[in-house]
Amino acid sequence: MADNKEVDQISGVETTGHEWDGIKELNNPLPRWWLWTFYATCLWAFAYWIVMPAWPLISSHTAGVLGYSSREQLAKTVATAREAQSVYLNRIEDASLEEIVADSELLEFALAGGGSAFAVNCSQCHGRGAAGYVGYPNLNDDDWIWGGSLEAISHAIHFGIRSDHEETRFNEMPAYGRDELLTREEINDVAEYVLALSGSGEDAAAAARGEVTFAEQCSACHMENGEGNYELGAPNLSDAIWLYGGDKSAVVESITNSRAGMMPAWTGRLDEATIKQLAVYVHSLGGGE
Amino acid sequence: MNSASEVKATSPLTYGLGLILAAGGLMGLFLVANARDGAIALHGYLFVAFCTLGVFWMIKRHYDGADPIAREEGGVLYNDGVVRAGCIASLFWGIVGFLAGLVIALQLAYPALNLDLPWTNFGRLRPVHTSAVIFAFGGNVLLATSFHVVQRTCKARLAGDWAPWFVFWGYQLFIVMAASGYVLGVTQSKEYAEPEWYVDLWLTIVWVVYLLVFLGTLMKRREPHIYVANWFYLAFIVTIAMLHIVNNLALPVSLTGAKSYQLFAGVQDALTQWWYGHNAVGFFLTAGFLGIMYYFVPKQANRPVYSYRLSIVHFWSLIFLYIWAGPHHLHYTALPDWAQTLGMTFSIMLWMPSWGGMINGLMTLSGAWDKLRTDPVLRMLAVSVAFYGMSTFEGPVMSIKAVNSLSHYTDWTVGHVHSGALGWVGFVSFGAIYYLVPKLWHRTRLYSVNLVSLHFWVATIGIVLYITAMWVSGILQGLMWRAYDSLGFLEFSFVETVEAMHPFYVIRALGGALYLLGALIMVYNCWRTIRGDLKEEKVAGLPAAAPQPAAAAQ
Repeated sequence: MADNKEVDQISGVETTGHEWDGIKELNNPLPRWWLWTFYATCLWAFAYWIVMPAWPLISSHTAGVLGYSSREQLAKTVATAREAQSVYLNRIEDASLEEIVADSELLEFALAGGGSAFAVNCSQCHGRGAAGYVGYPNLNDDDWIWGGSLEAISHAIHFGIRSDHEETRFNEMPAYGRDELLTREEINDVAEYVLALSGSGEDAAAAARGEVTFAEQCSACHMENGEGNYELGAPNLSDAIWLYGGDKSAVVESITNSRAGMMPAWTGRLDEATIKQLAVYVHSLGGGE
Repeated sequence: MNSASEVKATSPLTYGLGLILAAGGLMGLFLVANARDGAIALHGYLFVAFCTLGVFWMIKRHYDGADPIAREEGGVLYNDGVVRAGCIASLFWGIVGFLAGLVIALQLAYPALNLDLPWTNFGRLRPVHTSAVIFAFGGNVLLATSFHVVQRTCKARLAGDWAPWFVFWGYQLFIVMAASGYVLGVTQSKEYAEPEWYVDLWLTIVWVVYLLVFLGTLMKRREPHIYVANWFYLAFIVTIAMLHIVNNLALPVSLTGAKSYQLFAGVQDALTQWWYGHNAVGFFLTAGFLGIMYYFVPKQANRPVYSYRLSIVHFWSLIFLYIWAGPHHLHYTALPDWAQTLGMTFSIMLWMPSWGGMINGLMTLSGAWDKLRTDPVLRMLAVSVAFYGMSTFEGPVMSIKAVNSLSHYTDWTVGHVHSGALGWVGFVSFGAIYYLVPKLWHRTRLYSVNLVSLHFWVATIGIVLYITAMWVSGILQGLMWRAYDSLGFLEFSFVETVEAMHPFYVIRALGGALYLLGALIMVYNCWRTIRGDLKEEKVAGLPAAAPQPAAAAQ
């Protein structure tokens, strides 16, 4: 088998003289461009090793003449970015929320920063456009549960709703059905009354009976006529804006089992300047008071 | 030494295997009886079934004797039975793997298809897809072709009588245990190395026997030299053994439970994982498949290999450089800078050694270029080499840190992997299967050459849709992640970048569906070929009823 060298008729190149299952090999040299490109990549690699950290030693590594370190690079990049924003951030830290809103330059910065922080931290529940979802309030409208002033919004962001922070907003509506405080009929009547408050009830007789129960059981928090109370975090029931849906089954469910949405406290997780920007941003969305 | 008598011998070794199988069956029963979780109990049952069927198989084989359709070739009775089984398994697992890929691609476009069930969610089905295409499809193609190539180029029957069959069936058991484990939630959370410790141990046993069969066949070769394809196969088998063992070093919580803990932790674990992961690409999907290329391209083209010298130089440079490149998967992480540098520079140096294989593959066609018009099998092989060249250029580019800072974690990586997987690994495998099926079943040619052509075009369009969609979505994704406004704030929320991917995910799923359709055409064509059917057809560029290209391969 060995040394049966022959010249391939088509290419005119000699074979190596080996053959396996009919396969022969031509004795072509390495393509020049291939070899030189390979050398070039090796040269480039050697040069890179000289200037950059490259080879491990016993307890350290070759540092490279540029002294590059990705940690330092990152620290520098972050510092530069901070530096660029620091003019605004320092002023925001010192200013009250009202002062920020009054200063057009600071307001522009706070809206950009608040919008970005909102996209990263808040949009998961409240939606990218802050339009909310069932159980997560819409922040574009002027219907607020705990108040829509700059101060109230800032408080909610800082300490959350029913969060684990001791200054959290907290309230608890009774579960009238589950805890058997009201009968099924009474709940039905109250639901009809609540729906009638925004003009969507169907059973006027039931609503009239429900009005009595409402006055006894609900108006302490939701107030007379169901207009709600910021102090207690009791939603306005008369504006046809519903957090958990405005059909009868949703209202019955709310009365029967109660509702208790939860929002985390952001103080400690976000810095003060970011929370201020967030408050200004949310306040600007359309319903700020 | 290659006569029929060798095939039927019942040696002490055979009795030994019988005893081992019996002991294995008892161990399986022990697992079932003491199992701490459902998955390992199921795997115990599978193990008992495997050992029981193995014993029956040995008894049957003892009385039935050799492969009924085997024919002597040049004085050698080759073991083609296991290669035939490998081809069928490749076709089967190919369909499973491509289908799983299509399902998860659709899940990304339409999340409702997760069905809200634990067994069907993306997280569990994704490793089913990756393992099915890489290890089940690719692995069976490598088993079948390596067993075929090593026999033909050594002019020797496969070493061992039961050993090649043990490798084949043992490997199928590994696949079934791995895939069923994923669906049931068993994983050690290492990409491409998800199976738990006991499945890893089983694969190690199978793999060592594979190595012994391969080496044994090389040892009894009747050719003075070892053909280049066998170097690549051997490098693949040896390196995968090393990678598999080191990356899977773990301590099981209990010998009767699936859960284990990795030996390495933190960045050491990450580096070991990507040393494994990258070289699984390098040695499983590159070296192994270059072995396929080095046999089937010259055979199908009926031309000599372009350059012997290039094959030597690119072989050694490839296997020396590849093993260093893994850290480029961990750019800009906790991995020390020096390791990132080495990963990147070795990836750049790897460019030409990779292209050596492409040059040798494509230039082997010189003098046979006209066959690309008439022989779709050769066209498939040639295009596979072209995709190989493209993805081995793209790889070094993506390993450059500046490029990687944009491409990392994006769909660009997914597109890159698939141009290699669908274009290179898939097409070179299809070419080899189209070559092997008529030969192994002693047919004059494939059932239909035109169906091969159809497969080629449907699959090629699928690949183009897939990779272009992933390039666009990957770069878009990378740019959106790093977009800042003039005041230095992030421009987009994460969910907006996800939303922007949707149209590309739909296009990608369409590409995958075409690729699956092509594979189904191949299965049909192979099935008809095996049945012995011949389709009367006019092949473009050839006069009707002329000898078909596949026959030329004889």
